[in-house]
Amino acid sequence: MTNRITIESVVDLLAHAKAMETEALERYLDLAEQMEVHHNPEVAALFRKMARVEGLHVEKILEKAGDKTLPHIPPWEYQWLESESAEAITVEDAHYLMTPHHALTLALRAERRAFDFYSRVVATAAPGEVLELARELMEEEGEHVGLIEQWLAKVPEPDEDWAEDPDPPLLQE
Amino acid sequence: MGAKADQTNSLSIALTGSGGAGVITAGNMLLEAAAKAGCYGLFARSSGPQIRGGEAAAMVRLANEPVVAPGDVFDILIAIDWHNIDRFAVELPLSTVSLVIADPSQGAVPEVIAARGARIAELPLRDLAKTVAKGRPNMIALGAVAGLIGLPGEVADDVMARTLKKRGDEALAASRDAFALGVEAAGAMSFDGPDLWTRAATRERWIINGNEAAGLGAVRGGVRFVAAYPITPATDLLEWMALNLQRLGGALVQAEDELASINMIIGASYGGTPALTATSGPGLALMSESLGLAVAAEVPVVVVDVMRGGPSTGIPTKSEQSDLNIALFGLHGDAPHLVLAPTSISDCVFTTQWAVSLAETLQSPAIVLSDQLLGQTRAIVDRPADIAFVSQRVTAEAATVEDFRRYGLAAGGISAMAIPGSPGRQYTADGLEHDESGLPSSRAGDHVSQLDKRAAKLDGFDYGNHWAEIEGDGRLAVVAWGSSTGAVREALARLGSRGHEFRLVSPRLLSPPPPARWAEALEGVERALVVELNHSAQFYRYLKGYCDPPCPVDVYHRPGPLPLRAGELVAEIEKWSRS
Amino acid sequence: MTSSPAPMPGLTARDYKSEVKPVWCPGCGDYSVLLAITKALAELKLPPEKVSVISGIGCSSRMPAYMNSYGFHGVHGRAVALATGLKLSRPDLTVLVTGGDGDGFSIGGNHFLHACRRNVDLTYIVMDNRVYGMTKGQPSPTTEPDWDSALSPGGTGLRPFNPLVIALASGANFIARGFSGDSNGTARLIVEAIKTPGFSFVEILSPCITFRQDQRGWKKIVRPAPVDPTEDIGRAARRLMTDDGFNLGILYVGGREPYRLQLEGGEREPAELESQFVV
Repeated sequence: MTNRITIESVVDLLAHAKAMETEALERYLDLAEQMEVHHNPEVAALFRKMARVEGLHVEKILEKAGDKTLPHIPPWEYQWLESESAEAITVEDAHYLMTPHHALTLALRAERRAFDFYSRVVATAAPGEVLELARELMEEEGEHVGLIEQWLAKVPEPDEDWAEDPDPPLLQE
Repeated sequence: MGAKADQTNSLSIALTGSGGAGVITAGNMLLEAAAKAGCYGLFARSSGPQIRGGEAAAMVRLANEPVVAPGDVFDILIAIDWHNIDRFAVELPLSTVSLVIADPSQGAVPEVIAARGARIAELPLRDLAKTVAKGRPNMIALGAVAGLIGLPGEVADDVMARTLKKRGDEALAASRDAFALGVEAAGAMSFDGPDLWTRAATRERWIINGNEAAGLGAVRGGVRFVAAYPITPATDLLEWMALNLQRLGGALVQAEDELASINMIIGASYGGTPALTATSGPGLALMSESLGLAVAAEVPVVVVDVMRGGPSTGIPTKSEQSDLNIALFGLHGDAPHLVLAPTSISDCVFTTQWAVSLAETLQSPAIVLSDQLLGQTRAIVDRPADIAFVSQRVTAEAATVEDFRRYGLAAGGISAMAIPGSPGRQYTADGLEHDESGLPSSRAGDHVSQLDKRAAKLDGFDYGNHWAEIEGDGRLAVVAWGSSTGAVREALARLGSRGHEFRLVSPRLLSPPPPARWAEALEGVERALVVELNHSAQFYRYLKGYCDPPCPVDVYHRPGPLPLRAGELVAEIEKWSRS
Repeated sequence: MTSSPAPMPGLTARDYKSEVKPVWCPGCGDYSVLLAITKALAELKLPPEKVSVISGIGCSSRMPAYMNSYGFHGVHGRAVALATGLKLSRPDLTVLVTGGDGDGFSIGGNHFLHACRRNVDLTYIVMDNRVYGMTKGQPSPTTEPDWDSALSPGGTGLRPFNPLVIALASGANFIARGFSGDSNGTARLIVEAIKTPGFSFVEILSPCITFRQDQRGWKKIVRPAPVDPTEDIGRAARRLMTDDGFNLGILYVGGREPYRLQLEGGEREPAELESQFVV
């Protein structure tokens, strides 16, 4: 967790990009699964769709990496702007009764964090390959932000009582 | 052979004394010397509640044949002092042919003893001891007993030398002198006992108590991990294991409580190491919940319950067979498991070894119901036979099992158990009801099929003839279990010598109940009598309720702490047989 | 930044997850703890079959089934004891214990004390949400005294149990606190906990969004502790005196030798023990 980004090589940046997209993909799959278990199929389907999109991004990054050997970076040493991977939805923000509007709001926040991350790299990198690649990735994330903003505009805002459940929680063990 | 107090060819001798009198040491030396001289025997002790300095009685019974129970009355009682004799006089039955040897310096013979009408001889144990430098009254007493019963002097000397080796030459010399004074004093007394020395046994014999025997059986069965919490009267089993496991590449862990010890052995067994704990009633009660876990998760473990008087703290130092109900029924839910009982001190080896084998084979907890009488009585016995049980745990190695399902509904109910470290066989053992793969499931179908599986593996197993000891084929049967078997066996032998034939049935396998086996064992029997040492006739009720005996069954039972004696049972069995 | 080339195509965090779908509420911190544990195991490159995860009862105790390692979901409060038996008899395995505050500090409190004291090489991860979730919201030993609930109307009035103080006083060799919302930081704590020999205790603040919606605010309160880990038990104790429960990081790393059993060197056979009984 640091605000100073010092990514000085293309492989470092690609390693960050790959980790970011992979973790975003995995979080969407986790959340889709959670929504399925909790019988929220509409949001589950939305998360699966987002996962597919992230899957394409992962492939794109792998393509860019080609046969380059990416460095291994321990999870806590990535230079995200916050402690968690920039593009991954924070699972603590999920709710079993969440609406597509909530889901897209979270997705938008995640895409913006990704955009911010690359912006920071662009702002700090010296002219050269790293800067070029960071700018390219930043622009892509910018497109995603725009796309999700469009989606979000199309879904209704949640009712005030969206989280109300007439039944109590289950007594388990 | 002279007049014998209990009319058998055995000798029962008690040494009493308190506060450093050394009667337990003397009793041990008497047993060991008698063993060297070719005898069989038992040595039990009774102690007050004090940690040190309490009143104690060393109770030894010797014979030319294996001794399976305490005698009816003591032939010799030698008292170094009479402190607190009221508390345990009832444990020292005497008759008019008994010889009581009292030290006049300790006051008059107490009424509770004198009233039995025994012959009384005076021996100034303390004054005599003072005539020897560093002499002790217990060695005078031991010498007196040796003189009275004709114990060969050289074996006594040999045992003294070994026992007192650590204390140095001076102590040994003092003991020898004191012993000789005792022998000399005995020459002035008249005592007419059986000759135990000219028919010396030549077979290999052991001196062992039931706790050591259970420990040996456990390690023979493969146990290499023990976790336990100290509790009387199981602690000496644990101490034996602590030392001896080290020699075998195993180890004992002292746990913070019994909840921990049972869970530690479940963990070790889950990891592939056969594991055991030993405890007594209060500890078994604490373990009950986790024994249910071992049932549900199908983890083999063995718990030796060395029973003592209950309920609650009860009588920790004395025996009773009153944990049967909790061993059989103490688990919540439908939780089939193994319950076994050794039939004698030396059978503690066999039954515990068998329990380990069954637990491992059937992936089930096994409770072995020993008790204080078996566990803490030292016996001279024939060397227990070597048995190698071939069955063992079925494990799932990577190469041998396709589509591994830990709780798969295999024929016979035994499914392969993967041991952590085996690649590709990872599973989660679970106390939650689960499906075949081990995943939590509250489905009716999974519950029924897993309950069926766990019951079937125990019910369908062929336990063979080890399940019980069956002797004689009279039309009347006496059923005994655990430590009661010894006194019943002797009682039936005495009745047999008078021409009354009885069948003895002593089950090692108490649960699962084998009704078909009981039907066989009691075939042709008109009536059966259950004999047990507890207040509520627990086995009798279990036999009637769960084992479908094919004949009417009666019961003779009473609570501890006094052990059952053959003479008492002869009378009860005769009365019952005529009723 | 320290980065080194990956020596071999290793396992990823996802490879340590099982196919089983958690029953936890969406939003529960335990999802992130699962993520942190799997990240830590991937980082350590531990073969899944060499890892065992042991638990008791409670929401967080469901952890083993969600992992592609060996697991044992036992009875309430006894996980540390079960894990102790496993690790002592199988020192080759990496053994983790996972559970909650009720399981570990209430019904299992005695085992917690003695596990710290015994210092067996285990990593004990407690997901602390200061509530019993599986039984629908009762106060646990770490619950605030005024937290109202049906079972303790108006609150328990009891001073909360301080797990880190107890762990330190009882002899734990590694003590850390993490926050579920920081799965990467928590993964680091777990890596260090596993790597440190002896009993490692990691408290992870893991909000219960169903019964303790107030805990959603934790992410704004938690902060990295402003100090480095100490090896000095006295210093660690002083830090805890001023700790408000929201400082994250490694508090204490001691140098105590773990408790192990001597399982080597005893090569005798049971028959060789018999001579002690022969007359």
